[in-house]
Amino acid sequence: MRISLLLSILVGVFSINSPVLAADEPQAVLQIEHQQFAPNQLSIPAGAKIKLVIRNLDAVPVEFESPDLSREVIVRGHGEITIFVGPLEPGNYQFFNDFNREMQGSIAVKPVTNKGN
Amino acid sequence: MFATAVILFREVLEASLIIAIVLGASRGISNRGRWVAGGIALGLLGASIVAMLANLASSVFSGNGQALLNAVILLSAVAMLTWHNVWMSAHGRQISSEVKAVGSNVQSGQRPMTALLIITMVAVMREGSEAVLFLWAIATSGEQSMNMVIGGLGGVVVGILVGLLLYIGLLRIPTRHFFSITSWLILLLAAGLAAQAASFLNQTGLLPSLGNGVWNTSNILSQNSLTGQFMHILVGYIARPSGIQVVFYVGTLLSILLLMRTRKSPSSIKGNN
Repeated sequence: MRISLLLSILVGVFSINSPVLAADEPQAVLQIEHQQFAPNQLSIPAGAKIKLVIRNLDAVPVEFESPDLSREVIVRGHGEITIFVGPLEPGNYQFFNDFNREMQGSIAVKPVTNKGN
Repeated sequence: MFATAVILFREVLEASLIIAIVLGASRGISNRGRWVAGGIALGLLGASIVAMLANLASSVFSGNGQALLNAVILLSAVAMLTWHNVWMSAHGRQISSEVKAVGSNVQSGQRPMTALLIITMVAVMREGSEAVLFLWAIATSGEQSMNMVIGGLGGVVVGILVGLLLYIGLLRIPTRHFFSITSWLILLLAAGLAAQAASFLNQTGLLPSLGNGVWNTSNILSQNSLTGQFMHILVGYIARPSGIQVVFYVGTLLSILLLMRTRKSPSSIKGNN
């Protein structure tokens, strides 16, 4: 029952052309060039949902993968994708390219000291 | 060359283990080999199509569509595994006694052949599209590519062999316990796949994460290790799960168990020999 509900949600999303990307979450950009992540340590604030843009400047596809973040996505050569991460607890979260595991990086989630209002 | 072999091994492993479990669990159902082979062929076809589309700039699969497709694929596998298990809980005893009696295949009832076909198809399609994309990228990158393709194919072969070993191991389980063990394997497999689907839906922003890192057992069993990866595929082990993954895992586990209980036919309970 839950599955059929989910499937109908999915079908709905396909038909209204990804409204999820219209949300105004803070954005972070991760570039891939010469088989390296730049920056290879990304800092983001704790407790916030972040829009992560991964841009592949190389010709070969990259599979951005992170068991720490439960994320897995292929970025084609010269391609760009957007995923969401968080909200996360402070700490360090590793990621790597599953097509080339020597290519690694991490996300440092920093505690928010001053919440403002 | 070795690096490519390892990458392809990891991509193939999941499909290989799933097919081994499904083949084991459907033991005694006639013609199952044909349906599973058909599923593998369709899966390879689907994988190639998805890989091609993912390589196109304008394609929906280059963005969120990829994660949604993965979620749909995983959830349909969960649905089919559920159907299979529920069917087996109603017919397992009969099949088990016939396997014991004649050691041959059963031809009765409405068998979950479509389930077998779809499970193998989507299992091959999911990781297969990644493997195809990867092989394609190295094959067209020139120079050492031939070596790498050979390494990659070696990885594929080893991945298939590991599945074969699991299958042979499963067949060694005494018939008396066989179907209860395979149904537990399928139950945990389905719950793990549902948790994976949850993280894909969370990745696109469709579902809340309900807290990241409900627990963190990375330093006890890292998910990047080979053991960690086996456990991830077989029982859905996640070292650092988000809340939504836990909800999907437990929810799927309980739903299937409940369905199995309620659909268990009275005749199969009576047929106790």
